[in-house]
Amino acid sequence: MCLAIPGKVEEIDGNVATVDIMGVKNRIAIDMVKNVQIGDYLMIHAGYAIEKIDEAEAMQTIELFHELGGLLSKDDV
Amino acid sequence: MDKVITLSHGNGGRLTWELITNIFVRHFGRQTVGANDAAELILDNNEIAFTTDSFVISPIFFPGGNIGKLAVCGTVNDLVCGGAVPAYLSCGFIIEEGFSIEKLDEIVESMAKTAAECYIKIVAGDTKIVPHGKADGIFINTSGIGIMCDDFRPNPACITPGDTIIITGTIGDHGCAVMLARESFNFKADIISDCAPMVSVVNDLAASGLQINAMRDPTRGGIATTLNELAAQSNTGMILREDDIPVKNEIRGFCELLGLDPLYLANEGKLIIICPRNVANEVLQVLCNNKYSQQAAIIGSVTNEPAGKVLLQTVTGKRILDMQTIEQTPRIC
Amino acid sequence: MMFDINKPFRDPVVINAEIEKIQSYSGRPLAIMEVCGTHTMAVMRYGIRDLLPANVRLISGPGCPVCVTGTSYIDAACYIAKMPNTIIATFGDLIRVPGSSTSLTQMRMQGADIRTVYSPLDCIKLCTDNPDKIVVFLAVGFETTIPVTALTILKMYEMLINNFVMLTAHKTMPAALNALANDKEIKIDGLILPGHVSAIIGTNFYSEFCARTGIPGAVTGFEPADILASILSIMRHCNGEIAGVDNLYSRVVKKDGNIHALAVIDEVYEPCDAVWRGIGNIPGSGLKLRKKYDHHDAEIRLNLPTFTDDENTPCRCGEVLRGKITPADCPLYAESCTPENPIGACMVSSEGACAAYYRYKRESK
Repeated sequence: MCLAIPGKVEEIDGNVATVDIMGVKNRIAIDMVKNVQIGDYLMIHAGYAIEKIDEAEAMQTIELFHELGGLLSKDDV
Repeated sequence: MDKVITLSHGNGGRLTWELITNIFVRHFGRQTVGANDAAELILDNNEIAFTTDSFVISPIFFPGGNIGKLAVCGTVNDLVCGGAVPAYLSCGFIIEEGFSIEKLDEIVESMAKTAAECYIKIVAGDTKIVPHGKADGIFINTSGIGIMCDDFRPNPACITPGDTIIITGTIGDHGCAVMLARESFNFKADIISDCAPMVSVVNDLAASGLQINAMRDPTRGGIATTLNELAAQSNTGMILREDDIPVKNEIRGFCELLGLDPLYLANEGKLIIICPRNVANEVLQVLCNNKYSQQAAIIGSVTNEPAGKVLLQTVTGKRILDMQTIEQTPRIC
Repeated sequence: MMFDINKPFRDPVVINAEIEKIQSYSGRPLAIMEVCGTHTMAVMRYGIRDLLPANVRLISGPGCPVCVTGTSYIDAACYIAKMPNTIIATFGDLIRVPGSSTSLTQMRMQGADIRTVYSPLDCIKLCTDNPDKIVVFLAVGFETTIPVTALTILKMYEMLINNFVMLTAHKTMPAALNALANDKEIKIDGLILPGHVSAIIGTNFYSEFCARTGIPGAVTGFEPADILASILSIMRHCNGEIAGVDNLYSRVVKKDGNIHALAVIDEVYEPCDAVWRGIGNIPGSGLKLRKKYDHHDAEIRLNLPTFTDDENTPCRCGEVLRGKITPADCPLYAESCTPENPIGACMVSSEGACAAYYRYKRESK
C-alpha cells in the first residue's frame, strides 16, 4: 500500500533535505525525522522522510535471515 | 455511455491492438503479409518497404532530442528493422497558431541533420496551421520508403526456439527523460533520451553476414510489449533474465520513486535483436563496436513453451511478463 | 556505483537458502495473509507464490488503499471535478477507480482539471500558481501516508494558503486487522505485516493483537529476502514456538513507531467510522480532519451533499480483500473485469490483488 524507498542525504536546508536515490536527486521534507545528518539513509514516501534507516540493524537482520535460511545454525523450522 | 477513445488506445499495448484489429483491419483488410512494422511491397518488380508514423510528444523539446529528431528516427528505425535501406522520407506538419518560428527552425534543422546521418532524403512535405487550442504546439507525421535488401531479411517468422535475445543498450531512457521533462516533479536526474537512428547499427549487422532472425525497436510499451508482439507473431515462448537487462542506475531510481517498471518504458534508440545462439557472441561483438550499441547485452532466449508468452526469470522465480495494458502512472500507494 | 542499502536483501545466496527451507516445510497447512498491497505486488513480481509448497497458501489482504476506497468517495470526487474553478490533485491510481457511475478518468475526458501528483506537497505550488481556483487533494491511504497529508495540512494552515482543501478517506490498519480477526469465516494462520505502516505505528499493536487472537505475524520489508524470511518466521511461530510477532524490518521499524509522525496525525485528525469497499463499515477505522482545520475540509468548504456507497455489484472484491477467495474465483475476473476496463477496485490499482494476479499470474503455468 505504501511505496517507500531509501535515499541518501546529501544536503540539509532546514526541514528540507536533498537525497540521492540511485542518481536521482529529490528534495524532500524531513519534518517527521529528527537529527538527520548528511550521509544518513532515509525512507521516503510521497515527498516526505518517514523514518531513518538503521544500517547496523540492517546488518543484524541479514544475519538473522542467514539463520532463518539455515545458513548459519542447525535449528529446524 | 458510448464507448470512446481513451489515451490507453494509443499506448501501443493491448487496447491499441484491439483498435487496429476491430476498426482498421476490419475496414481496410490486410493488404500485405509482412510481420514487421514497415509494409513490404512490390512496385514494378522492385521490393520496397513503406511505413508511416505520427509524433505528438509533449514536451516538444526534451533532454536528448526533440519532436523533429524523433520523427525521423522513429520512421527510419521501422524501415531498417525489416532489413530495408532507407531511401525517401515525407513529412507532414500540423502546427498550432502562435508556435515559435525559432523553435520550428530548430526542429527542422535537427530533422535535416538526422536524415543526413541516415542517408535518407526528405522529398515531400505538407504544412497545416490550426487555430490556437486545436493542437499541442506541433504534430509531425513522417512516412518513409526503403529498398529491401536481397540477403538481409529479418522477420519474426524466422524466430526459432533456442535463439538468443539481445538488447542493444540500456532500457527506459526515453520514457524517463520525457516523463521527467513533462511533469513538475521535484526531482533532478541526469537522464537523457536515447533517441537515435539505428541505421549504422543495422548496416554493421548486415555487413557482418551474421544471421539475424528478427529485429524490432521497442518503443511505446517498452521491451515487455515488443517481446510479447514478437512471441505472438512467431508463436514461440521467450524467457528473459531480469538481472541481465541493462538499466541505468538513475532510471532504476526514478522507477522506484514512482512505482514504474522500466520494462514498459519507451525506448527510441534501441533494437531487440533475435539471432541463432551460435552467432550471438559475434553479433554482440559487432554491436559493441558501434557507438549506438556499445552496451548491448544478451538478455534471454527463445523457447518452445509457453508459446506466444514472455516469462521473466527474477532472482526468486519466474513470472509472466504481460504486454502493456494501461499506461503507467506514477503511484505512491 | 554507490552503496545500495537494499542489496544484501536481494542476495541470491540468502534467497536460495530461504527458498529451500520454505520448500522443505512439513508442518501443518498454513494460510498466510500479506496484508499490504505493496507486499502483494512484491510477491507477484518475484513469483513467490509459485515457490511455496502445497501446504502453504498466501492470501492477499485489504491493504491497498485505492482498492478499499468506497464508491461514495469517488462519487464525491467526481462531483467536485464538475464544479467550476476546481483543480483535483491526486495520486495516480485513484483516477481510474470506478464510482457508482463514472470515474475521474471519464471526468478528465470531459474536461475536468485533474492532476497527478507525486506528493501532496506539490499542491503548494498548484495553489500559489492558481490563486483563483480551489485545489482539492484526494487524501487516501493508510498510516504511511496519513502523517504526510497531516503535515501538508499544517504547512497550508501556517502558510495561510486559503485555496487548499482535502477530501479525506484515510483508513487505519489496526481497525482493519481487528475486523478480519473477528470475521469467523476467515481462517488466517499468520500475517505478513505492512512494513511502512509499521514504521509509523510501531509493533506494540501487533504484539497485543497476537496475544488476543493467537495469530502470529512478521513485520517485514519489500525485498525478496524480506518476504521469504517473514514466511519462515510465521512457519516457526505456527509450529512449536509460541505465537509471537517478529520484527524483521528493524532497519526501519521501531517498537514505538515514529512518535513525531503519530503526534502530527493526532494534531490534525480524529477517528471516525469508515466504509471499506467490499467490506462495509468498520467503526473507528477512519480519520477525519479536526474542527480546527474545517477551512481545509472539502466536505465543509465545498458544501458537498451526502453520497452513499453502492455495493450492488456482482463483483466479489470484498471477498478477495478479506482473503476468502482468490481473484480467479470471481466470475468477472479476466472476463468483463480487466485492467483496461476495471469493474472492481482490486482490478483498478496496480497493487490490487486482481490486477496483480492478472499481470503476473495469468496462465503462468
